[in-house]
Amino acid sequence: MTQSPDARNRSSFIAEKLMHFLVRYGLMIVIAFLFFGLILLISGEDPIQSYRDIFTSTLGSSYGFSEVVVAMSPMLLTALAVALPSRLGLINVGVEGQLYMGACFSTWGALAFSNSPSWILLPLMIVLGMIGGALWAFIPGYLRALGLVNETITTLLLNSVAPMIVSFFVFGFWHSPMDTNKTPNFSPSARLPKFFDTRIDLSLVIGLALLVLFWFLMRYTRWGLEMRAIGGNPLAARRNGIPVKTYLIAVMCIGGAIAGLAGMTQVSGYYGVLLVNFSRGIGYMGFLISWLAGGSPLGILLTSFVISIIFSGGNLLQLTRDLPYAVINVLLAFTLFVVLARPSFLINRKEA
Amino acid sequence: MPKLLPPESHPTLMISMREISKTFPGVVANDRIDLDIYRAEIHALLGENGAGKSTLMKILYGFYRADSGRIFLDGQSLSIQSPHDARLAQIGMVFQDFTLIPAFSVAENIALFLPDLGAVLDIKDVNLRIEQLSARYNLKVNPHAMVSELSIGEQQKVEILKLLLSDARLLILDEPTRVLAPHEVDALFQVLDGLRKDGLAIILITHKINEVMECSDRITVLRRGRVVGTVPQPDASESMLVEMMFEKKLSDVEVSRSVIRKGALQPLLKLHGVYTRSEGLGVNLVDIDLEVCPGEIVGVAGVSGNGQKELGDVVLGMIKCLKGTKNLFGKGVTHHSIQRMRKSGISYIPENPLTMAAAPFMTVLENMAVTKTWRYARQGGLRMDWQAVMTDIENTMKRMGFSLPWYVPARSLSGGNLQRMIIVRELTHDPRLIIASYLTRGLDVQSTIAAHSALIQARENGAGVLLISESLEELFKLSDRLIVLYAGRIVGRFRPKETDSYEIGHLMTGTKVQHDTKS
Ligand SMILES: Nc1ncnc2c1ncn2[C@@H]1O[C@H](COP(=O)(O)OP(=O)(O)OP(=O)(O)O)[C@@H](O)[C@H]1O
Ligand SMILES: [Mg+2]
Repeated sequence: MTQSPDARNRSSFIAEKLMHFLVRYGLMIVIAFLFFGLILLISGEDPIQSYRDIFTSTLGSSYGFSEVVVAMSPMLLTALAVALPSRLGLINVGVEGQLYMGACFSTWGALAFSNSPSWILLPLMIVLGMIGGALWAFIPGYLRALGLVNETITTLLLNSVAPMIVSFFVFGFWHSPMDTNKTPNFSPSARLPKFFDTRIDLSLVIGLALLVLFWFLMRYTRWGLEMRAIGGNPLAARRNGIPVKTYLIAVMCIGGAIAGLAGMTQVSGYYGVLLVNFSRGIGYMGFLISWLAGGSPLGILLTSFVISIIFSGGNLLQLTRDLPYAVINVLLAFTLFVVLARPSFLINRKEA
Repeated sequence: MPKLLPPESHPTLMISMREISKTFPGVVANDRIDLDIYRAEIHALLGENGAGKSTLMKILYGFYRADSGRIFLDGQSLSIQSPHDARLAQIGMVFQDFTLIPAFSVAENIALFLPDLGAVLDIKDVNLRIEQLSARYNLKVNPHAMVSELSIGEQQKVEILKLLLSDARLLILDEPTRVLAPHEVDALFQVLDGLRKDGLAIILITHKINEVMECSDRITVLRRGRVVGTVPQPDASESMLVEMMFEKKLSDVEVSRSVIRKGALQPLLKLHGVYTRSEGLGVNLVDIDLEVCPGEIVGVAGVSGNGQKELGDVVLGMIKCLKGTKNLFGKGVTHHSIQRMRKSGISYIPENPLTMAAAPFMTVLENMAVTKTWRYARQGGLRMDWQAVMTDIENTMKRMGFSLPWYVPARSLSGGNLQRMIIVRELTHDPRLIIASYLTRGLDVQSTIAAHSALIQARENGAGVLLISESLEELFKLSDRLIVLYAGRIVGRFRPKETDSYEIGHLMTGTKVQHDTKS
């Protein structure tokens, strides 16, 4: 009765799963765009023309494409900051706050050691950013490990505190002589290197490398195995001798560190200055992406790419078609709705 | 494919399954199975672990869809696509794990299941119907009680009531006796007898052949997804059924009495004055003094829910000692982490493998490694040596005569195979102390013997065993010493020769409570 399926069987199973995954997400995106087309029609626009505009402005030119990649880079990191703890069953809604703390810590480094060469300053800022994010995630992680408070609530609460701390430092100490709501521009040595004359910076490489690392960690290593065991059944994992509490705290902190790193790359790469309220919700977007992608590394890459297209294209629609920016949120909401509703005909129903 | 003819009509024939096949990736679970069920019969379904019994019944209940084959009701072809269809055809099933909602009362749970549930709940009417039915079949439960307060046996009564109230005429019970205490088994069989007299058909899956002989009318044996044969109970004998199930005769284990040189060796495990505080509905352990020596099996008797789970958990370190001390190999380990305890050679087979020991969505192979990740990690943890895991586990499996697929998720294993998985995992690497709770739950006769002899083997190699069980037969057969747990206290200590099941039974149920056990 019990023969193990042979290796070929296994690899074809994986191929089947991948196909299934691609078809499912592809179809979902098509459905979302159909819905959105309706909205465009109602507001008196030509949907086909609008989509063509979106396409040409994003994927149709190398500049457009580079802007999509620029928008995508921090989302890779914020999505990862959600996906990693989610493997343990932790719901990290606090990426936004962790990102602000990371930005805050690394800005301190950038301002205090602005004369150092970049090979010292950048690593220092990265470490500082990660420490800031990790500290902000440690609090919820620790409370959760003690069994006191659920991390969902604490991370969410801390989100509203972090921007205040940033404002406090910026308004109080760091602001530039001209503006009160931002620091002076960072010195060139505190800026992440950029590629090919575009705004794409090192954060893309960091994000992609971390995604690969994440995949390797979960798939091959001892820690990945233990994390999956905890995510699958925390009580059994404890009985099986896995130090669940340590993992809860450590993984939450690592998630926070990645979010802090995202904050660092935003101030050091994208802006080159710390603005209060700079994030525009990339932290929350990471949460969305991670859940849409089911926490899988490839899924995160694809989903953030699509969402970045929607964002960049939305900017364009706003400019050329005179549509309100809120329309983009409608499209995003549709995508989310379709994915979460998981239309039943897309799901293979062998099990039923 | 042969044409599927409707079965010959017979006045009391109810359900016929014809040529039912079902494959899962890599496994043929059901292979052209024919099964007839008559009205007013108790039909027992027997077969080794993984034979395909649960799968067949889930097909009949509409939970799985067969790859091929047909089902007839009263000679008419019947299409069962979902449990809803099955219930329309008056077929009901009680699964191995119950599906009641703990926070609801008995009446509410039953009302939720009724086909004619109106928009406004008429709980009074439901209560009345529950009372009528429970009086008729001696299925006494308080309709107002919360399900979370009920014992396993009572919950099972609720499950059966639920089906009866929704007008089921065929009841499928998947290993109903697995978690029941002996006296609850007798009560269940009386209920089933009453139902049979009223013309209901009952399909009963069990691994205990004496139960089959006691209460069934006809017996169908499955092996490797096929029907070996169907025999009327009067024509059957225990040895014949065993032979049908395994294609061979089985001989029980030889239990040698071990010679413990007490005093010469220090105890492996020593609990002294241990108290615990449980969360929720658990039991508190009170003043537990317990020793387990090398080469000794200490049996723990008791009705489940009297502190067995807590005892295992406190030894492992899952729950803290509130007071008292815990010694392992002569060293104080009261506050050691579970990981440390496991590294020093403790194994734990908890009472419910799926919820307490396994990660359901991980593969069998991965589940085999999770208790010993430190042992199989290579390059500081960057890689796991799966080959080494397989080698080690295969050794144990060969010794016990088990075989399991490596790459299927644990969740898809049959009930008995899941238990085998945990047993194999926990007995690999020669543990020095084994805590085994309800070791043979869900195992077929052959695997039960294999598990018992593995325990005895471990004892002969000098391991200590804490054997927690509800089966007095098992305890008397294997234990060198016996303790009885009641309401979280040890209320009796015996050598098996000095006592009998009558005395232990009384202590277990608290009917002859000694002065020091009143709390
Ligand atoms: N959902 C599933 N996915 C894959 N394989 C399955 C699934 N359900 C059952 N199987 C396989 O089908 C075979 C038969 O399983 P089944 O549960 O019917 O056995 P069983 O006779 O009930 O055994 P037991 O006495 O151990 O409960 C087993 O090998 C099992 O691994
Ligand atoms: Mg079964």
